[in-house]
Amino acid sequence: MKKIFILSIFLMSAGIVNSQTKVALVFDAGGKNDRSFNQAAWEGAKQAEKSFGIILKDVEPPDSSAVQEAIRNFASQGFDLIIGVGFANAPAIKTVAKEFPKISFAIVDSRVDLPNVASLEFKEQEGSFLVGVIAGMTSYNVKGKKAVGFIGGMDIPLIHKFEVGFTQGVKAVNSDIKVLVNYVGNTPAAWNDPAKGKEISNAQIAKGATVIYSAAGGSGGGMFDAIKNKNGKKDCASMKESCVYAIGVDSNQNYIVPGQVLTSMLKRVDVAVYNTIRQMNSGSFKGGSYVFGLSSNGVGYALDKYNKSLISDDTIAKVAQYRKKIIAKTLKVDSTR
Amino acid sequence: MDLLLDASLFASGIRLSTPLILAALGGLYCEKSGVTNIGLDGIMIFGAFSGAVVAFETQDPWWGLLAAIVTGAFISFLHGIASIRYNGDQIISATAINILAVGLPALLSNAIYDSTSVTPNIPNLLPSIKFDFLDNYPILGELFNNYSYLVVGSFLLIPISWYVINKTIFGLKLKACGENPEAAEAAGVDVRLYRMYGVLLSGVLAGLGGAFLSIAHGSAYVRNISSGRGFLALAALIFGKYSPVGVLYACLLFGFADALQIRMQNAFAIPVQVIQIFPFLLAMVILSSFVGRSPVPTAVGKPYVKS
Repeated sequence: MKKIFILSIFLMSAGIVNSQTKVALVFDAGGKNDRSFNQAAWEGAKQAEKSFGIILKDVEPPDSSAVQEAIRNFASQGFDLIIGVGFANAPAIKTVAKEFPKISFAIVDSRVDLPNVASLEFKEQEGSFLVGVIAGMTSYNVKGKKAVGFIGGMDIPLIHKFEVGFTQGVKAVNSDIKVLVNYVGNTPAAWNDPAKGKEISNAQIAKGATVIYSAAGGSGGGMFDAIKNKNGKKDCASMKESCVYAIGVDSNQNYIVPGQVLTSMLKRVDVAVYNTIRQMNSGSFKGGSYVFGLSSNGVGYALDKYNKSLISDDTIAKVAQYRKKIIAKTLKVDSTR
Repeated sequence: MDLLLDASLFASGIRLSTPLILAALGGLYCEKSGVTNIGLDGIMIFGAFSGAVVAFETQDPWWGLLAAIVTGAFISFLHGIASIRYNGDQIISATAINILAVGLPALLSNAIYDSTSVTPNIPNLLPSIKFDFLDNYPILGELFNNYSYLVVGSFLLIPISWYVINKTIFGLKLKACGENPEAAEAAGVDVRLYRMYGVLLSGVLAGLGGAFLSIAHGSAYVRNISSGRGFLALAALIFGKYSPVGVLYACLLFGFADALQIRMQNAFAIPVQVIQIFPFLLAMVILSSFVGRSPVPTAVGKPYVKS
């Protein structure tokens, strides 16, 4: 009797499973709650789970060697859509997508040219340009010179897009502003080293940087610690020209140090992931290359209650002008050094 | 040149050396007793995690520090049980710790905070020692002011460790267990007990090294927060010829090279990868030209089986 009961439960659940879209996410070194890039993907997927009642599973591989097995495992379990979050997962997606041509895949931040893979890429340089403009307009003289800082995780083409766009935005405001550029490291450990992130920030502050923008995953936590340490518990709006500001990345990170984070460069990985799952659920999924920029609101900057008092109306108007120019293609933002 | 050398370089080098010193001193006690501990990195991660969780839950970093010590001791105790009590392979049980450190904190963090990657930021860091009179001297202030208690403590541990290892009965017995356990046993030393002391001390110190990262220097635990510092500490231990003073030099070398590397990135137009090799290149050059053979404790790595 008991056996039959268990069997019937199993069959019932199998029945439910079959009628629902099964989606799996495979994260990168940052982990799904990195308050940044991976988290944006996860929030998009959670939102889709709520809207469409999909079955959602995820894996945070302990290291890159485990990625491919995790993806293959989902594929052989008959998942409908498997999303690789992060460029590091691209080779594994490519290999497994070839083995399972009937299953749909997506890769964030990289391009895989296969008919069953949707490549979701972003024009990070455009969003970074806008926060660069905000940084340029906010920076002030220290010992007669203006400087801002950029912290990248790994020194790779993806992060160069952030660096180049940011630098171009800063220089558009005032070409005399010095941009101090640092990278945390050469291995995936560079995304999770807040201690080094903090020391890099300290070094940039010592060199006169007044705004620091980090695109370094979990290492960016060190930047927030460094500015909090420098500014104390005060609000930057009350300190005027003695405050060092931070700029967050990927997700809205303004809340991390309220009143001291100037803004965050938003990369709407959540929207891209949500839309991909929506298409999968409605049967309209198509492989190919998707690039999200300012014109499709795929990137942007965060303005909320935490930073409203830090950004003047002048700055907002100026940023809006640049935004229009970029969308109209009268201003081109570079993506490589 | 002013881009490279300024007062902030000194302080940065000291801070970057601190977690290495703590973990390497831990390794020192352990290896002197005859047990290798390549699990230092994992223990640092556990220390950092429990420190951050307890400091957040109690809103008091000192409780976090205590938690890191207890956790470090407990994790290393497991290594001790496996490799001393049951004569297991020391490399294997320590590797198990490193593997556990990848998964277990994430699992626990997910259970407590619904977040596998980051714990909430703690409100107050472990305090720093501040001398108000130094505020009048900007350069001296930058050089010598505002170090965390844990930084100062780790540097004080160097002479203390030198004394303990070379001048106390405890230290001599510990070393005897690592050099010639049979002779030590014949002289009435409980080899297994002393090896356990060494292992526990390594856990306490590596746990403190982890706590430095999550509650004294940083304000939260992040996945794999040690970034391989436990392994770098092991290298510093060998590099420092298994002596406290040597460990200090080696850790300062790594710490300062790293701080310098950060500043070099803005001063020279050479690819950043080349610059980031610098600390390790320096270490290799010094290791091969000045240091020579490192005096490894004779019986290290071999389980002691009473005959």
